[in-house]
Amino acid sequence: MGQKYPVAKNETIRYWLTMSIKILIPLHENDVAPRFDLATEVLIVTDVGKTGSGEKRMVVLPRASADQLCHLIITEGIQTVICSGIEDDYYQYLTWKRIEVIDSVIGSSQSALERFIEGRLKPGDIL
Amino acid sequence: MEKISSHPPPATIADPIRVLSGLNTSAPPRINNLFDDPIDFFGLLDEITIGVVVLDLDRRIVVMNQTLKAFTGFNQKKLVGAACAQILRSDVCLQKCPALIVHEASGPKCIEGNLVNRDRQLIPIRITSAPLKNLDGKMVGFLETVEDISLLRKLDGTISHAYKFNNIIGRSPEMEKIFQILPSLAQTDSSVLITGETGTGKDMVAEAIHQSSNRAKGPFVKINCGALPETLLESELFGHRKGAFTGAVENKPGRFRLAHNGTLYLTEIGDLPISLQVKLLTFLDDKEVFPLGSVKGVAADVRIIAATHRNLEQRVNDNRFRKDLLFRLNVIRLHLPPLRDRQGDIQLLLDHFLNTLSTQLGKKKAALSPNALKCLLTYNYSGNVRELRNIVEYAINICGDRQIKTKHLPSYLLEAGQVYVTAMAQEPPNRLDVNVEDGLTRPESDQRWPDIEKQMIMEALVKVGGRKNKAAISLGWARSTLWRKMKQYGIG
Repeated sequence: MGQKYPVAKNETIRYWLTMSIKILIPLHENDVAPRFDLATEVLIVTDVGKTGSGEKRMVVLPRASADQLCHLIITEGIQTVICSGIEDDYYQYLTWKRIEVIDSVIGSSQSALERFIEGRLKPGDIL
Repeated sequence: MEKISSHPPPATIADPIRVLSGLNTSAPPRINNLFDDPIDFFGLLDEITIGVVVLDLDRRIVVMNQTLKAFTGFNQKKLVGAACAQILRSDVCLQKCPALIVHEASGPKCIEGNLVNRDRQLIPIRITSAPLKNLDGKMVGFLETVEDISLLRKLDGTISHAYKFNNIIGRSPEMEKIFQILPSLAQTDSSVLITGETGTGKDMVAEAIHQSSNRAKGPFVKINCGALPETLLESELFGHRKGAFTGAVENKPGRFRLAHNGTLYLTEIGDLPISLQVKLLTFLDDKEVFPLGSVKGVAADVRIIAATHRNLEQRVNDNRFRKDLLFRLNVIRLHLPPLRDRQGDIQLLLDHFLNTLSTQLGKKKAALSPNALKCLLTYNYSGNVRELRNIVEYAINICGDRQIKTKHLPSYLLEAGQVYVTAMAQEPPNRLDVNVEDGLTRPESDQRWPDIEKQMIMEALVKVGGRKNKAAISLGWARSTLWRKMKQYGIG
């Protein structure tokens, strides 16, 4: 196990260097929205691997809806979702669609993003 | 911090500023002056079996008890200072935070909503928020309790779907109204007048009221006012003394006295003769009955429930029913809606009767074909629930453990109108339709079924040139069935 961990970490770093990651964070003001299904605003960050902090884009949703948000995630080609409270149905759906979901993250979206780029963000983190 | 023994001040949390400011103190806050020794405030909160959280004025967590930690799934020490909405993750926090509407002068506010816990479960909750004030009455924070109401919600669902009161079944808004009234109505001792068409369940409602009342242990005596001649009815209702009339060889108590401490149900009250209406009126006033031939009244503690399918107001106008009796009976009036006005109840009752009657008749539970169901759902039940029950009983007996099709329904139902034609036209290919499609004549509705069947066999045989195999196929029967039926009808 002791030998495997650095290998996995190197692989992750290599992955970020070669791939452009697209992240979505549901927002409530500047924080990660407490509820995935009640978020009316999302932050989409593209090219995380290439440009470090990535390119940020805010999307205002017409209304809060977990279904519509899932649809947006799929159509936008999001690879990672950083959120707080998410119902199991949507979590399972997104992971089934091979989207990484880091949930129960509490804190500002900026801190969450930074910690994600550093490779230290885990589900349940209180930032 | 020290206890003052002479005039104990109100219980206080030691060092409230440090606690309410969200600082992580090394010494846990204590409550002084409540007991001889101070008690641990956190320990007290943790003993409470509903979620409790103390918030500061910025709605950040100061203290959260173990119950709420377990409920939300967040157990970290870092919770202190975190925004309440981020931890509770409730729709209430995001849309109508109770702490925002609570102020110094207001009392607690209670709002229902839901939260998503760490296990990603959506749980219905009730949040109650109350202001926390310092000794000067200034608001320093909020105390919120969070209750899991998922069980209550489940019960709510059951209650809202309750479609039964005793043996009365119904889900329509009309019946729901009656189900809501009945329990409270049963608890009173007032007279009840039940009106409604025949077969709407007046007798069942009367019995249900009795069974749910305080008189349930007493007798439920029923008498049909239209079933007996006037003289007999008087004797039946009020009793008689020995020798009161020829043939009165012994004392008879009468139904009123038999119903003592119970309920007397007078069905078809509209048919009660005028002379007896007066006697009934006397009883309703004095609660005493005078048996025939007796000069002495006998007290009877009886609740009267009367029912009729007649329009009593009309009968009052026709001078066939006493107005004063109507007013005395009409304390609580319950009108039972006809089945045709009870939307959605026909299907419910069909299922109920299919289940119960199949068991009672020792048959397998038969299912209804789509067309038979359509036929039954569109029929205008003039006989109401009783008629529906009889139709189902007939169909279960006729279908013989098979699916109930339109042909298994009573013929009068099929003759009732357009429904039959439409239903038959849409019936999936079956024995009868094969013939219709083949151009054979449709059986006339006034014929008996054996005649129709015989005619069908004959026509099928003629059409296929007497070949029984093909005739059986065109009829949708096995060859042996055709042979048996041919033998039965003496064909060939």
